[in-house]
Amino acid sequence: MRQPLLALLAKEPAHGYELKLELEQTFGQAYPSPNIGQIYVTLKRLEQDGLVRSQDVEQATRPNKRVYELTPGGREALRAWADEPSDGPRVRDDFFIKLVLAPRAGLADRMELINRQRRHYLGIMRNLTQLQADSDPADTPGRLLIEGAILHLQADLDWLQRCQEELV
Amino acid sequence: MSRLSWPRGPGGPGGREAPPEAGGSVGSSPRASTATTLLRARGLVKVYRADGVTVEALRGVDLELDIGEFVAIMGPSGSGKSTLLHVLGGLEAATSGEIWLRGQRVDGLSTAGWAVLRRRHVGIVFQFFNLLSNMTVADNVELPALLAGATPRQARKRREELLAELGIAGKADMAPARLSGGEQQRVALARALANEPSLLLADEPTGNLDSSNTRDVLRLLRRAHAGGQAILLVTHDARVASLADRVINLFDGMVADDANIVSIPRHATGVADVLELRG
Repeated sequence: MRQPLLALLAKEPAHGYELKLELEQTFGQAYPSPNIGQIYVTLKRLEQDGLVRSQDVEQATRPNKRVYELTPGGREALRAWADEPSDGPRVRDDFFIKLVLAPRAGLADRMELINRQRRHYLGIMRNLTQLQADSDPADTPGRLLIEGAILHLQADLDWLQRCQEELV
Repeated sequence: MSRLSWPRGPGGPGGREAPPEAGGSVGSSPRASTATTLLRARGLVKVYRADGVTVEALRGVDLELDIGEFVAIMGPSGSGKSTLLHVLGGLEAATSGEIWLRGQRVDGLSTAGWAVLRRRHVGIVFQFFNLLSNMTVADNVELPALLAGATPRQARKRREELLAELGIAGKADMAPARLSGGEQQRVALARALANEPSLLLADEPTGNLDSSNTRDVLRLLRRAHAGGQAILLVTHDARVASLADRVINLFDGMVADDANIVSIPRHATGVADVLELRG
């Protein structure tokens, strides 16, 4: 959450609710809707770290709003983030650990675990393909996000199949 | 009337009750046959023998498909998926076991008997389209209707409806080779649906298509299914499988799992979860 907020603030100063709206509008309905409380907490921490600063702006008919802007330190942190390669995909290791350990502990049968997990993945996949069919063709980031989730899930299913071939 | 726009029949999708959520349905007992059963297979075994080597591709498969139901078959390479589809379509004979289609036992049919049955009741789509290259798109789609006894006028009308619905009406007079892979697969789908078959069999229909053509074929399958078309489809593509009412997982020539797909609510553990974990 830190870097997206810094990146949005690099364009122009904004208050918390504006940042939430902008995230939602940019990434579309597939993006997990950011919690406003989480945004305020993150902004506060960024301020403590000296990456943003804020000031109260008076409003005629409503309570003051706190507007945040990037500091030079924040701009530097953002630059470092942009210049770095990001981590590769993380393996969903909770299931894998369960698959390896649960049968040893006499808790479950591997085929049963794999079947249940596959059904779960296919249920999510159905949701994603429906979301993809309903998505606005003009919302490019949103569409790509859904496609990314679909491709990751396909990889999870392929990996599940490899686990089935080797472990069952 | 076109199958793509048929209303849902009483035995169509949505009429099924979810099977009991057993603690793992490995080797789950086959479902009982009912009046809504379209296809039923019992104890299908297929053994290939060559040069003294014996391969058991199917080792006792039981399967039921209801009228209007869409079932996907998944499983690793060599698990017997394509063999099962070919046996169910009469393209290969089973070594043993029974196949019933529309209440009629069909596993003993001759090659010619199967050809007649397929003409009326079973449409098939393959991964590599298998269109007749020396005929136009229009002729490819009209041929099955003509073989089944339709008049040229009826066959043309049906072909025009199908190509229009599949968005390729403008390609009717072209040779298949001049079409993209996605378009060729749509022609193959039109051909398979030409005689309004009771059952559509599809073997990796998107296996040779890129992402955008896959989406088009998915959309068409979804529409055909919504119109009441029963579909049995082999795929390794989970996007395709997720459209089905039910997924059968084959492993080593046997059914390892057979379960309805239940959509996972997005706000519980669906999309957001997938995206966050990858965050």
